[in-house]
Amino acid sequence: MNDVSAFPLEISGSPAPMVSFRKVTKSYGALTVLDELDLDIAAGEMVSIIGPSGSGKTTVLRMLMTLEQINGGVIYVDGQPLTHMPKNGMLVPASQKHLRKRRADIGMCFQHFNLFPHMTALENCMEGPVQVLGLSKTEARERSEELLEMVGMIGKKDQHPSRLSGGQQQRVAIARALAMRPKVMLFDEVTSALDPEVIGEVTNVIRKLVSEHNLTMLMVTHQMGFARDISDRVCFFYGGKIEEQGPPAELFGNPKKERTQQFLSAVKEAI
Amino acid sequence: MSTFDFLVLYWPRLLSGTGITIAQFLLAAVLGVAVSLCMGLLKLSHNPVLRGAAVTYIEVFRGTSLVVQLYWIFFVLPLFGLSIEKFTAGYVAVGLNIGAYGAELVRGGILSVPKGQWEAALAINMSPAKRMRRIILPQALVNMLPPWGNLMIELLKGTALVSLISVADLMFEARQINASTYLSAQTFGVALIIYYILSRFMVTPFMRWLERHMARKLGKA
Repeated sequence: MNDVSAFPLEISGSPAPMVSFRKVTKSYGALTVLDELDLDIAAGEMVSIIGPSGSGKTTVLRMLMTLEQINGGVIYVDGQPLTHMPKNGMLVPASQKHLRKRRADIGMCFQHFNLFPHMTALENCMEGPVQVLGLSKTEARERSEELLEMVGMIGKKDQHPSRLSGGQQQRVAIARALAMRPKVMLFDEVTSALDPEVIGEVTNVIRKLVSEHNLTMLMVTHQMGFARDISDRVCFFYGGKIEEQGPPAELFGNPKKERTQQFLSAVKEAI
Repeated sequence: MSTFDFLVLYWPRLLSGTGITIAQFLLAAVLGVAVSLCMGLLKLSHNPVLRGAAVTYIEVFRGTSLVVQLYWIFFVLPLFGLSIEKFTAGYVAVGLNIGAYGAELVRGGILSVPKGQWEAALAINMSPAKRMRRIILPQALVNMLPPWGNLMIELLKGTALVSLISVADLMFEARQINASTYLSAQTFGVALIIYYILSRFMVTPFMRWLERHMARKLGKA
């Protein structure tokens, strides 16, 4: 039983963190994937999560996107509880309605893109704005074309995903997520399924987002160089906990914990 | 009597029988597809009562004989005050029966849509109903079309049973002609050929066309 009576109904403070994990636990049966995770992400901050596979990195994003339910603790987004909702002055597990309302702040890009195969690139981007936000087709098309332009895919807007390369599909997927105007963007190993020569076209789009937009971003990645370049902060996950975190220069340049050192040197050897 | 003379003499009856068979087939197909969708979705429902209803339906209609179901609908339901005219009883029985098989195809088709599609639809905050209608079902449909082709041929052949409740379909006319002429080889030979032509040159090409059409919509072709 997840006792949340000790958690606040909302997070105030100036400025309040955009995302806040408070003692969040996730387990599958006897296997604990995340163990009382505490993580605050400030508005506009770019945080990268690195770590060995099975360390719970992706689970963090999936819980925030509400694709997975948590077993303990509370997640807050923009000061308001996401996994729970206030009722009679107490936090109770979120209803579907509450989840739909709070989920609107969050967008996600997946390792395998997950574009809708029966829609063109443009239709993929327009689907959410029209069907979920209730925009007119004209407004949705305008917004989507602007974003496809931004990710460099306007020339392929009428192509179905099957006609696009992995890098192109991922760029469309980024545009599709941005079309919903989320406050928080999640990137789940977005370059892991790509051929090496097209990784750059996706990372360049993310770089552009970091420099030109004030989005809060959380990224799980195996691209250490990329994480080092663009993150405000890097978290090294190990065994369902944050083993070490800090500014990229510090974490990559002078890791304090032995496990971080081992992981980073193992990664270096692989290159 | 040569087969040619036989055809000259009896073609109006065979033709009208074929017309009824086609009508029975089309109506049963529409009903069957509707029932399949309905029951297939209910079987995936989280609500145990709805799921139970779908399971019961599928079990009853798949687990018992179509002829018995036909007789129930035509002969037994009137005893409970529900009389159905024989033409309607015919396609309803066949449609309900095929719907039970179709429900499993719908369910399987929906489950065959990759998990990532469900997650992507959730990530853009779609409601479950919209997600099903706009994202999952269109893809499920493409996946399940090939087995639906088989089912449609089964359905066509199944309509021959409506002759047992005196619906004047192709089989009924053939039996009538046979009873008065004893030209069994000619009568049932012609019926055989007509059923084959209907399935091989109408149902199958249509399903193939539908498969190609849907694949194009998915951008696969």
